Amino acid sequence: MDKKQFMHELWRYKNGSVTRRHFLGVTGLGLATAVMARAMPELVGTRPAVAGTIGDKVSLATWPAYHDPKDFEKFKALTGAEVQVSVFGANEEFLAKLQAGGTGWDIFVPTNYTISTHAQLGTIEPLDLKKVPNYDIAAQNARQIAEGTVNGTVYAAAKDWGTTGFAVNTDKIKDNPTTWKEFWDLTRNKYGGRVTVHDYQLTTIGNALKYYGYSFNSIDPKQLAEAEKLLLEAKPHLFAITSDYQPAFRNGDAWLGICWTGDGKQLNRDIPAIKYVIAKEGGEIWTDFYAIPKSAPNREGGYALMNFLLDPAINKNECIAHGYGTPDERVLKLLPKEIIDDPIIYPAADILKPLEFGAAATFTNKDRAELMARFKSA
Amino acid sequence: MGARKRDWPAILLVAPAAAVFLALLVLPMIVVLVLSLGDRAEAGGYQAALTLAQYANLPARWTAFKNTLVMAPTGTLICLVIAYPLAYFLALRANPRTKLLLLILVIAPFWTSTLIRIYAWIFILGGKGIPALLANLGFDDIRLINTPFAVMVGIVYAYLPLMVFPIYVGLEKLDKRLLEASADLYATPVGSFLQVTLPLSAPGVVTGCMLVFILLMGEYLIPALLGGGKVFFVGNALVDLFLQSRNWPFGAACAVALVAIMLVTVTLYMRVTLKSGTMRDQSLI
Repeated sequence: MDKKQFMHELWRYKNGSVTRRHFLGVTGLGLATAVMARAMPELVGTRPAVAGTIGDKVSLATWPAYHDPKDFEKFKALTGAEVQVSVFGANEEFLAKLQAGGTGWDIFVPTNYTISTHAQLGTIEPLDLKKVPNYDIAAQNARQIAEGTVNGTVYAAAKDWGTTGFAVNTDKIKDNPTTWKEFWDLTRNKYGGRVTVHDYQLTTIGNALKYYGYSFNSIDPKQLAEAEKLLLEAKPHLFAITSDYQPAFRNGDAWLGICWTGDGKQLNRDIPAIKYVIAKEGGEIWTDFYAIPKSAPNREGGYALMNFLLDPAINKNECIAHGYGTPDERVLKLLPKEIIDDPIIYPAADILKPLEFGAAATFTNKDRAELMARFKSA
Repeated sequence: MGARKRDWPAILLVAPAAAVFLALLVLPMIVVLVLSLGDRAEAGGYQAALTLAQYANLPARWTAFKNTLVMAPTGTLICLVIAYPLAYFLALRANPRTKLLLLILVIAPFWTSTLIRIYAWIFILGGKGIPALLANLGFDDIRLINTPFAVMVGIVYAYLPLMVFPIYVGLEKLDKRLLEASADLYATPVGSFLQVTLPLSAPGVVTGCMLVFILLMGEYLIPALLGGGKVFFVGNALVDLFLQSRNWPFGAACAVALVAIMLVTVTLYMRVTLKSGTMRDQSLI
């Protein structure tokens, strides 16, 4: 095609006598554009899936108030990938969503007692430890990371550990409760309308069981029936059933509530009158882990984020922000003294002694699941 | 070959919508029906079975159904009572500039996500919001958030525009000469309103009520955020059954029951409104 013909076609196109497709076709510009687009993918605006890059987003499913957002910014600066966070308040939701499929999560944060179930149901994959060089198993507290390994295979890398106690606003509540017995009695009497419990069967039912001195993990139908009676009695006196309770405490609406270490720490840091109590009868001690769902669309991104967050220098920032304990002794060495000495985050051994780890059977138990559903819909 | 020529343009026009309905409404409904006849698997989820046990268990969610069946019609009525005068003013009384401004104000909330707007109510109704204001006026210890009242406020706030628009459109189309005629025939303004405006605006009212009521029956977000997990709708029970207690068959049975209740209510509602005569010669929706 010579210059004259080209100009002729261009005029026809401009006048509207021929379509754009015809113009691009006869002049060969369409083909040229297509070739250029293949040779220089940057021109068409999509990022190439070249080895070594992890795409432009990593999807993380986690718990409320559980990370330092600045660390995600650093991750983005380092890798170009944005971290998309979704927040959940119960391990059951992780399992249900993974079972249903199509979560789009690349990495999520299950708790110790659920990992064997995930491994068994095939919702998570064994960790490729070569991709997580920052996770040094030898440097971890063995008891706290034990359940990340199922039948000798490592399925999950420990994130942090904590306890489940209760938060109490001592400006409003002068009774100095120290037990689950007092917790539920105050709920049903003096402080009706000011108490929150988790939207999470493990802790809400578990701590109702502790009222009677039963195991936090009980699946005994008779003991569960007693716990249900207590919960149904307490329900009209609750302010809310929610796992995202910090706003209610900060607003002054809630004065007493089932609480995890880090929420207790974050609340206490900002409002010193709010104290965190580990009940004398016991309750839960737990470790949360990072795991990669088998269905992860961006597996490399999930691993990259896991490795980044477990870098001791980054993990230190995370621990300072979320206020939970770390099982990683390399991180412990980096943390400031006031955090290591903080009785909320690292309680004395004798306080931890009566606490129980959740049990796999508690997680999948049908009666507990239905009890919680009845309590919520009552 | 049949004698009648196939109306290809019509078939092509309907095809996309039909495909969408089939793929996104009919097929999922069949899945839900099948699930509802099954059993809960040991670790949660669905296990194949053929049983009506889930339906027999429906009374266990009575509270959720009761809350929904009380609050959805109540919310619809409150929306109607607030929306009608506003729509009337917009369509028949406002001057063009005010009208445009007000219409934009009615639409404006849609520019922000419902989630964020409802979340904002948590702080307005929470301890440091309106109750703190009331405490300054001497009304101590008033709690608004996480009550049925808070849920109702959220419902009316979120659904009002959906009620305003159909009524506004209906009144806007109203032939003003009919009002002049009724005035010429010595009807009082109130009489004109009752005998001309109100009947002619009925299609808009019916549409608005249906729109709000049907959506409200499936509401989940507002009770979840403003009810604190204590004002439970069927939508909340469904989310709980699918995501937490992982009893999919029972969740499916609840969903089928909800759909059945809605079909019956909406059919009855249409019958009554069509029969009442106000809808004669008016196209519905």
